[in-house]
Amino acid sequence: MAYSDKVIEHYENPRNVGSMDKSDDDVGTGIVGAPACGDVMKLQIKVEDGVITDAKFKTYGCGSAIASSSLVTEWVKGMKIEDAAEIQNSQIVEELSLPPVKIHCSVLAEDAIKAAIKDYQSKQGAGSDS
Amino acid sequence: MTTTIKTPIYLDYAATCPVDPVVVDKMIPYFTETYGNAASRTHPYGWAAEEAVENARVEVAKLIGAEPKEISFTSGATESDNLAIKGVAEYLRDKGKHIITVATEHKAVLDSCKYLELRGHDVTLLSVDNDGLVSAQQVADAIREDTVLVSVMFANNETGAIQPIADIGALCHDRKVLFHTDAVQAFGKIPIDVQAMNIDLMSISDHKVYGPKGVGALFVRRRRPRVRLTPQIHGGGHERGNRSGTLNVPAIVGFGEASRIAREGMTAEIAKTKELRDYLRDRLMGEISHVVLNGPREHMLPGHLNLSFEYIEGESLLMALKDIALSSGSACTSASLEPSYVLRAMGLNDELAHSSLRMTIGRFTKREELDYVVELLKKHVERLREMSPLWEMVQEGIDLNSIQWSAH
Repeated sequence: MAYSDKVIEHYENPRNVGSMDKSDDDVGTGIVGAPACGDVMKLQIKVEDGVITDAKFKTYGCGSAIASSSLVTEWVKGMKIEDAAEIQNSQIVEELSLPPVKIHCSVLAEDAIKAAIKDYQSKQGAGSDS
Repeated sequence: MTTTIKTPIYLDYAATCPVDPVVVDKMIPYFTETYGNAASRTHPYGWAAEEAVENARVEVAKLIGAEPKEISFTSGATESDNLAIKGVAEYLRDKGKHIITVATEHKAVLDSCKYLELRGHDVTLLSVDNDGLVSAQQVADAIREDTVLVSVMFANNETGAIQPIADIGALCHDRKVLFHTDAVQAFGKIPIDVQAMNIDLMSISDHKVYGPKGVGALFVRRRRPRVRLTPQIHGGGHERGNRSGTLNVPAIVGFGEASRIAREGMTAEIAKTKELRDYLRDRLMGEISHVVLNGPREHMLPGHLNLSFEYIEGESLLMALKDIALSSGSACTSASLEPSYVLRAMGLNDELAHSSLRMTIGRFTKREELDYVVELLKKHVERLREMSPLWEMVQEGIDLNSIQWSAH
């Protein structure tokens, strides 16, 4: 299968690989996908004053899945969480020139950032109850 | 002194092989000088072509212990599988409509059976054990009054697992059921004796044994029992009526020569190939953790190695291995998103099937190439595991099976 140059570039030099402390209240973690399907993405964001100051990912999956998650971590850094929640998988498809058979990778990356934001927000909600 | 290694390194001999230069030399005159039609009985061009074809037929037959008359040339093993299965099923339609085969067969066998199933035949698919093997007892239990054919592949293309062909052959002979084997991977690689193994029909291909593509053969037993089949390609009645069509003389000459080389060098080639394969297997499994061998350790072809690298997805590994020509059981390499049905049938879970690589070694593989492959794999397996959330969870002591994954 032929990959676009951008997919290869992200695959060979992935941005923001790593992990943050899941228990930190400022960190939101999203884990989506399933090993049986061949893709699992873990995407984490660190939020300060409503702005994403850092993002990390780890991905089990094909090169397009790795590139999609790498790209999203790059995009969301410096974004307000409301704006990050608006990221659409079609933007990822366009940026990485993903073929139809790889669209599910972009969907997964969109799901991952949404899940991370949701996790962060639920932590904040739980914290403000007091 | 440093040895230069030519990349990409070819480790996909089970897919196809380079043609042996000795074979090419033997073929060339049949394109430009001895170019007659082997069916032309009226002039020396035809006679010479026919003689060349018959000499090749003798060589192919010798390699499997058959009579030359029992070899029908075809366009390749896919055609041979189709001819054997559909041809026998159609010929014996009035005798019975039950066929037995195995879940891990090549698609040429499975889809031929499926075709017959849609037209009224009944097909039993036998399951395999964790090594990919089926037993003669399973076949015995599946045979019915109306069973006309048993088709079990000699050795599996993905794992190299060798089925108990002699046992199954003896059983089918006793029960008077015809026995076909797709021997594409085993032909020329390990000893085959159609007499001792009671094989009635056998599909073989030339391009897996260093001959040209586009030619194969079907062995059709002529005595005890005499096997008859309904031809699937009609025309001039070539190949004793089994397969019409002008013979591909240069390719058949190559097939004969490739068979001769395989027969004469087999013992030495098995030893050399197995030594290299074991070297690669032992280094990879010894120097990288969490590597699983798919298929049996014994009862397998000398050149096959199928491994799963846990917690890494196969396609991402293939991307890192662009300097190596090999294949993966990962779904992403195929149009469908299902991982290898062969590995799944062996009971591998989807993750392991997704993480599998097939490396097949052949006549021109060098040890230095394997050293290069080992170093490259070590580096990239480590890199990709550092990137894998599954590997991280396992390092933290989390049981992956305890997690509720969101299927997508």
